[in-house]
Amino acid sequence: MATKLKSVDVVTVGVGLTGTILAKELADTGLKVVGLERGRWRDTDPDFSMPGAHDELKYVRRHELMQDLSKETLTFRNATSETALPMRQLGSFLPGEGVGGAAVHWGGLTWRFLPWDFETKSRTLARYGKNQVAEDCTLQDWGVSFDELEPHFDRFEYLYGISGKAGNLQGKIIPGGNPFEGSRSREYPNPPLKTAYSSALFAKATQAMGYKPFPVPTGANSRPYKNEYGATINACVYCGYCQFFGCEMGAKASPQTAVLPALMQNKNFELRTLCNVVRVNLDSEKKRAVSVTYVDSRGREFEQPADLVLLTSYVLNNTRLMLLSGIGKPYDPVANTGVVGRNYAYQTPSSVTLFFEDKNFNSFMGAGGLGLAIDEFNGDNFDHSGLGFIGGGFMQAGSNGARPIEVRPVPQGTPRWGPEWKKAVAKYFNRSFSITIQGACQSYRTNYLDLDPTYRDAYGLPLLRMTFDRHENETKMSVWLTNKAAEIAKTIGPAKMNVSPRTGKYTIVPYQSTHNTGGAVMGADPQTSAVNKYLQSWDVPNVFVVGASAFPQNGGYNPTGTVGALTFQALEAIKTKYLKKPGALA
Amino acid sequence: MERSPGRRRFLKSAAAMSAAALPTAALAAEPKESHAQHAAPKRVAAAPSPQARPYMFLSQTEVAFLDAAVARLIPKDELGPGAKEAGVSYFIDQQLFGGYGTMAKKYKQGPWPEGTPQQGYQSPLTPAEVYRAAIRDANNYCRKQHGKTFDALSAAQQDEVLRGLDEGKIELESVRAQFFFNMLLNNTIEGFFADPVYGGNRDKAGWKLVGFPGVAAVYTTYIDKHNVPYRAQPVSIADIQQRTAQVDEHGHAKHVMISAEERG
Repeated sequence: MATKLKSVDVVTVGVGLTGTILAKELADTGLKVVGLERGRWRDTDPDFSMPGAHDELKYVRRHELMQDLSKETLTFRNATSETALPMRQLGSFLPGEGVGGAAVHWGGLTWRFLPWDFETKSRTLARYGKNQVAEDCTLQDWGVSFDELEPHFDRFEYLYGISGKAGNLQGKIIPGGNPFEGSRSREYPNPPLKTAYSSALFAKATQAMGYKPFPVPTGANSRPYKNEYGATINACVYCGYCQFFGCEMGAKASPQTAVLPALMQNKNFELRTLCNVVRVNLDSEKKRAVSVTYVDSRGREFEQPADLVLLTSYVLNNTRLMLLSGIGKPYDPVANTGVVGRNYAYQTPSSVTLFFEDKNFNSFMGAGGLGLAIDEFNGDNFDHSGLGFIGGGFMQAGSNGARPIEVRPVPQGTPRWGPEWKKAVAKYFNRSFSITIQGACQSYRTNYLDLDPTYRDAYGLPLLRMTFDRHENETKMSVWLTNKAAEIAKTIGPAKMNVSPRTGKYTIVPYQSTHNTGGAVMGADPQTSAVNKYLQSWDVPNVFVVGASAFPQNGGYNPTGTVGALTFQALEAIKTKYLKKPGALA
Repeated sequence: MERSPGRRRFLKSAAAMSAAALPTAALAAEPKESHAQHAAPKRVAAAPSPQARPYMFLSQTEVAFLDAAVARLIPKDELGPGAKEAGVSYFIDQQLFGGYGTMAKKYKQGPWPEGTPQQGYQSPLTPAEVYRAAIRDANNYCRKQHGKTFDALSAAQQDEVLRGLDEGKIELESVRAQFFFNMLLNNTIEGFFADPVYGGNRDKAGWKLVGFPGVAAVYTTYIDKHNVPYRAQPVSIADIQQRTAQVDEHGHAKHVMISAEERG
């Protein structure tokens, strides 16, 4: 029997990147906000302090900062004809757990999706006609434009102190930046990081080929930076323990460095850790959320009433909680009706690895997002006529910190073990680098999320079931993009190279990216979206669902910058519209 | 032919633990020691047992199997020690005894149909149980084929068995052969390159092999020195805890550089 608690104004389910920002801003308006986090409190000391912070086995292989699957996981299958089975150990993607969420162990790359990305469907149909798009592709526009989101991108970049170089400043193309980016109102708050050797070779080759290389924008900060909340983010020291790790320097932007110092001082905010929300309780008409039910670390069940419920956990759990709570109609892939679980997508990364005899890259140095990129082959920045696919991705070369358990490239054809393998690992650990491509992924009827009929979590609730495979559009795109990267690699001139496009069936086993999207997508039409352009549930207006769960399809960039912008988009709507007149926002 | 180590020898080596382990750590901190020499493992190998620390999970038969297998996966050669000398069997023992071996933080509920390769780990067995069952199965296979356990086979025969497991040409009774082989190979690589605090990568053999400095220094003034190799004596977590390595105010290592002559 749940103990019913005193009502509060706002509850956030999850205290990560989106939850901390919304909690801070709403607590500042005087609202009483409770943050419910299933994991524990985490901070630099003791969770990622030196020297233990530089432990590859613990953080990369044993997933210290990531989701505890013994309590909750998901099931996976490639197609509805298969039986989904549990993801028993982490691999393909790495959701976080604990305060700060995945934004503690993220890689730091902070992009603005392209203007084209927000209008993928209408612009594709206008330029190429409907034959360019596969029949079962559920492509759609976001219901919001880049220009509407621009102030929110700006706000997020300045909050997290992103280091980068503008390429399009108020419509003017700026040399050294990304000429394909949407028009931005001002320069990045911090200058780019230094340039690694691999990036310099990539820049020289791409410039010679007529492309426009530019620094990857990143939350690994280039200099000490104080943000609008008074929090100081330190300067990155290029230690190479960045993605998968917490930053011992407080130099990687995260909830811990950018938001929590101020949020935890706010008397209107209460954080409750080790509290797992199992359900959002609705009124009898399923039109209004009245409370959330959670279980604490002593097994006690509580009901926390609230006027406003913000689902601010990871993509997968946002969707699962909607399904478990009956918020919105679940997606039916056969009839192509319903919205919750629809348009799940997952990026299509690929790479070209270059091996040298005479060049040394000190590959163990670096930072998340330390690299130079080109955007000529992203979005619709190139003519797709006759290519048989839509979408693309940025490609980059940089130094993100190679650690030898995980990163020890060897030329194709090298045995997997034995003396030849050992020689190759020894030779190339510091004499190789990769050009990596962040391929987009469109959405399809056959790729979706629902509840599993068999497997359950530690609380006895059905696990989320993921049905996903890569489609021809993505495979063709990956082959084409990877060949373009191979042309760049040839210009650089390595002794050997591995060209590795992403083809074949999707597998949940090897790490690819934590760039899962969809399930509670945004849009202008309640028939094809779970939330409106303000991230507000169409069906239960006092629930907002914030995160990459709102992306109708996946872009050719890391998602975090756009997640940050959507957070401020939701926040502005709540502050300026919803709180004045609670209810469905037009 | 190697004899399988007996209980007496095991106890002896356990007693010798502190004596063997401490000089290794002290040697590692000596700036003079060069990449190619690897004096410490040789000294340990000359002791009554190559294993200087007590095992928590593996039996002596299993240790003999793993010592033989990991020595083929990452062999000792002119580049330096292999996985056996680096203590990888001991690393695996520690992992199997701990959270990894018991699938802590992993989903253990059934049912357990085998599924597709894309669906990953679906065994009802924990890694500790996989090792226990698969080593027994593999030794039974070797006895049947060659009349000896795996550790007593010639190097060429051992390679043939490992290839058979790797390619799925050998059937094991309890688990898919490739499932076990991939686990063994992954754990071997982990044990060779993980921080020595976990019992493998002894004398930082794995790090020295590839030129990885372990706990990082501040690289702000090095990251843009292009094509200039940065070669430091690797620093482990214990070096900092035990103050055998210097640190800066943020706790980053102050590396001792290896000169080009020392690198050879």
